[in-house]
Amino acid sequence: MITGTPKPIEEILEMLEPYDNIIVAGCFGCVTVCRVGGDKEVQVLSSTLRLAREAAGRKIEIKEVCLERQCDPEYLEPMRPYIEDYQAVLSIACGAGIQFMAEKFTKSPLLPGINTGFLGVTERQGEWTERCQGCGDCVLHLTGGICPVTRCAKSIFHGPCGGSVQGTCEVDKEVKCGWQLIIDRLVTLDQMDNYGKLKPYKGWDSSRDGGPRRIIREDMV
Amino acid sequence: MLPCTGRIDESLLLKAFENGADGVMVIGCLEGDCHYVNGNIRARARVERVYNILEQINIGPERIRMYNLSAGEGAKFAAFTSEFVTRVEELGPSPINLARSNGPKESEQEVQAT
Amino acid sequence: MKAGSNLERVLEAGHFAVTAECGPPRGADGDKVLKKAELVKGNVDACNVTDNQTSVVRMSSVAGCMLVKQTGTEPLLQMVVRDRNRIALQSDLLGAAALGVRNLLCLSGDHQKFGDDPQAKNVFDIDSIQLIHLVKTMRDEGVFPSGDKLEGAPKFYIGCAINPFADPFEIRVPRFKLKIEAGADFVQTQCIYNMDKFKRFMEEAKKEGLHERTKILAGVTPLKSAGMAKFMNRMVAGIEIPEEFIKRIADEPKEKQAAKGIEMCIEQIQEIKEMEGIAGVHVMAIEWEEKLNEIVGGAGLLPRPMVEQ
Repeated sequence: MITGTPKPIEEILEMLEPYDNIIVAGCFGCVTVCRVGGDKEVQVLSSTLRLAREAAGRKIEIKEVCLERQCDPEYLEPMRPYIEDYQAVLSIACGAGIQFMAEKFTKSPLLPGINTGFLGVTERQGEWTERCQGCGDCVLHLTGGICPVTRCAKSIFHGPCGGSVQGTCEVDKEVKCGWQLIIDRLVTLDQMDNYGKLKPYKGWDSSRDGGPRRIIREDMV
Repeated sequence: MLPCTGRIDESLLLKAFENGADGVMVIGCLEGDCHYVNGNIRARARVERVYNILEQINIGPERIRMYNLSAGEGAKFAAFTSEFVTRVEELGPSPINLARSNGPKESEQEVQAT
Repeated sequence: MKAGSNLERVLEAGHFAVTAECGPPRGADGDKVLKKAELVKGNVDACNVTDNQTSVVRMSSVAGCMLVKQTGTEPLLQMVVRDRNRIALQSDLLGAAALGVRNLLCLSGDHQKFGDDPQAKNVFDIDSIQLIHLVKTMRDEGVFPSGDKLEGAPKFYIGCAINPFADPFEIRVPRFKLKIEAGADFVQTQCIYNMDKFKRFMEEAKKEGLHERTKILAGVTPLKSAGMAKFMNRMVAGIEIPEEFIKRIADEPKEKQAAKGIEMCIEQIQEIKEMEGIAGVHVMAIEWEEKLNEIVGGAGLLPRPMVEQ
């Protein structure tokens, strides 16, 4: 899922400075699962903002909504009739959802209420870790199901580097060395032959370096 | 009516302040004694989160507090309540109520669950 | 000859080679490099110039190489893939070759987290092993990796680094082999203190015949004090200094620890010299270049041989 973290209340209050009536919009997708942008978070954030603003002597009116998804046009449409009744929208969906809403409703200022994180997994309640950078050219079949691009701090293709110490990365003792994980897994799978092969330079053009990406599935258009 | 403090979530507690509470007391069963296994433990975590929110927005974190009691501890309940009310009276009206500028109000609310 | 550098000629002639290193300064003062290079001169066959080591910003290694070259010592350009994408790598390689640099060491580079700009964006477009392959392609085939013909191929004697002590130990020889297959002509190792473990590593490497496919220069660093030994053990990833090694220095009074460190470094070089499959020594006297003459001379490696082109 796409993960994220709440922006500090102070930062949000600063963004809201020009406004007196806004929409706080959540999303029932990824951000609900990682507990940063669902309907519950909409309620808590809205209450918090109302309290903070009223205590500061300047009330704010908030409409609380939570959309099925902010990244699909059909779920945004229901906002059209009322969105311009409000001065701005504070969205706590991921960056994709926020931008899509901004595109669809060009007259409404869109404010981000969270910092979007990464494509990750839930290790346990309250802990998420990164797994995929969406580089557009998956090699997991060669690397024991562990991604060198994401799990290695240097994204190298022939690791581990000299900074691997007892299975941890030089960058952070709490982070496992991706290449140690790959090698352990290749040994388990009896696939160490894969390790001994020189790998071609990665084509980053399928990654973000090629510019904003687009997928067109002719079979589905 | 709440069946268990485990049903209380952060938004409900914040709503109490929005509705004019100067302080909120959450009273749950004794830890380890929850009828629903760990409802009161969850409540404690949520109260802590609200505590942090109130601190961040300068409402005063000490306006919320969780107590644990068994149903048979009437005297203790009275003592805790008096203690908390005294504490909140010392703090005075919440900044929300001050802003609403109707002067100080007697408006402690208690969300109680057993 | 692949590149015709002095280092290559010395090694190919079968001499036991000596290299050292110069760290460029944290500023634009070129005299700092010239002073260090004067201390290195005559004691080595080539001198490494480090490339923003530990991600701390320093004068560029290409510029440092030119300053070293001015003093009459052959430079060895270190190049990390942390800060340059493949476009910048190729371009800098062509520039360095045009300026007469003939030796190259291909490295990953420490993560930027350790330097003065931990918020910098890292590159790692290709990794250090792919850099070896890239340089070899340019040198031997006279083409860019894209296939286009070069107007003059860069003639580099290509090196890589290996750390025989990094984890996991069992992958060290296979990874070394990958570097040779990518095209490494020579290798400089991380500083060695644990000779037993290094010997075990060499036995494994020799089983694969790796010492015959590349020139192995064993890395040593003289210890200035017992404190430095303990610090390196604790703080530097992939360095392990055995307790008995530290004890020999720690047993000396403070003022004699530096001399002991040099004596032990000389001993180590002499031991390394006798090992089968070792072609030379890389003396990393960190900010202690003035002792290089004493160390190399003490190990009986002076004067350095002159090998005709």
